Amino acid sequence: MSLITPDSGLIIWMTLIFAIVFFILAKFGFPVISKMIKDRSTKIEDSLRKADEAEKRLSELTEEHRRMIEDTRREQAEILKEAAQARDNIIEQARQQAQDEATKLVDEARVRIENEREAALRDIRREVAILSVNVAEKIIRKDLESTDAQTQLLNRLVDEAADAEINS
Amino acid sequence: MRFLKSIIAAILLLVTASAFAQEKGVDMDMKAYIFGHVGDSYEWHITAIGGRPVSIPLPVIVHSRTTGWHCFLSNKLEEGEYEGFHISETSGKIVETAPDGTEVRPFDMSITKNVLGLMFGSLLLVVLVLWAAGWYKKHDGMKEAPTGVPGLVEMLVTMITNDVIKDAVGKDYEKFAPYLLTAFFFILFNNILGIVPFFPGGANVTGNIAITMVLALCTFLAVNLFGNKHYYKDIFWPDVPIFLKAPAPIMPIIEIIGLFTKPFSLMVRLFANMLAGHIMILCAVAVIFLTVKMGPLINGSLGVIAVFFGIFLDCLEFLVAFIQAYVFTMLSSVFIGLAHQEPETE
Repeated sequence: MSLITPDSGLIIWMTLIFAIVFFILAKFGFPVISKMIKDRSTKIEDSLRKADEAEKRLSELTEEHRRMIEDTRREQAEILKEAAQARDNIIEQARQQAQDEATKLVDEARVRIENEREAALRDIRREVAILSVNVAEKIIRKDLESTDAQTQLLNRLVDEAADAEINS
Repeated sequence: MRFLKSIIAAILLLVTASAFAQEKGVDMDMKAYIFGHVGDSYEWHITAIGGRPVSIPLPVIVHSRTTGWHCFLSNKLEEGEYEGFHISETSGKIVETAPDGTEVRPFDMSITKNVLGLMFGSLLLVVLVLWAAGWYKKHDGMKEAPTGVPGLVEMLVTMITNDVIKDAVGKDYEKFAPYLLTAFFFILFNNILGIVPFFPGGANVTGNIAITMVLALCTFLAVNLFGNKHYYKDIFWPDVPIFLKAPAPIMPIIEIIGLFTKPFSLMVRLFANMLAGHIMILCAVAVIFLTVKMGPLINGSLGVIAVFFGIFLDCLEFLVAFIQAYVFTMLSSVFIGLAHQEPETE
């Protein structure tokens, strides 16, 4: 049967054609395609890894960002609290100072009033003394004609003066 | 609905065609029909119009011991003898008549139907693969993926490289990838062209034992020329009890036989599968012509069945075309991989 006996002419042609095809494809065809496929798969792997890294980095950044915002909030709250405290302190101090000032003023006023009163009393007493001396002079001029009466009067005056001294 | 319409149209066409055939009273020689289609020939028969065969004459190149080289077109042989050569009745090959009356086979390098089919398939293969390779020169392969033919070629190359070659051959697969890919695409293209029913397809290239023999021989060389020390040690001095290799070298003989049975199985597998597929399709089609004598009703109904069966077989053969190319490449890869195995360290 000719089907299972290989034909020499066909073998020669096949060898020749297959050799040429193999030479052309192995030199210009498949290495180019294989290299590109390999390069591309390397690139895809690379890109995937990079994307992964970027994602990780991004999540890190987000986390950092979040933490920063939190820190800032806390700081802000602290500052606000401090400010409130400082304000309270200042107000408290001012009030204290004002009270002190007022007390001092009142004290001073009291002292001055006391002084003024004293001075007025002294003036009045002097006036009264002068007046009484004048009155006494007049009375004495008129009454002191008799010695008896003079002595009487003198005693009375001395008593009165002593009383006045005690009363004042 | 459209599908149904086309089915009815096909049935009507077949019935009329068979009625037409009946009038002519075709009588079929099944053996000649099948072997004429799957075998090789000196001309490319395309069809017959009005009983006259239409075929493309192909160049005949022969070298005779006595008269030297001859080169002429095959249609010169139709009338009988030309330049002392004629086509033998028994073998169907070109022979010359020796002075003593016996038929002598000259050295025959004719471009037969199979050679032309082979050339066409190879040309198509080279053009398509170089097209794919050229695509990368014009485009930046890092930024865009190919579409169309380059995309298809790239997909197949990726598949064969990753699924077959890389796994089976092992670490230095890149050295063998060009051969294995060439073998795969070569077989695939010629297989598929073989089931295209009209010119320039239809030549039973990969179902011819000469073709598969050369392919198997290439694998044989790729396996044994690059085998490592361990591989050859395993053939001539395998790890078996000593009485199996000396004094009578039983195991080495078995191993050496195995060396040749591997490519032989590759050769026969591809050849037999493709040949059987062709014959099956031809048989399915032949049903239409064989049943002509049984009347238009049986002929028409069997014709419909035969057409559907033929479509089914064509699809199956398309699958087989791919599977056989895949299997040939995979087994070649495995054999190459086995010749590169490192000894197991304990």
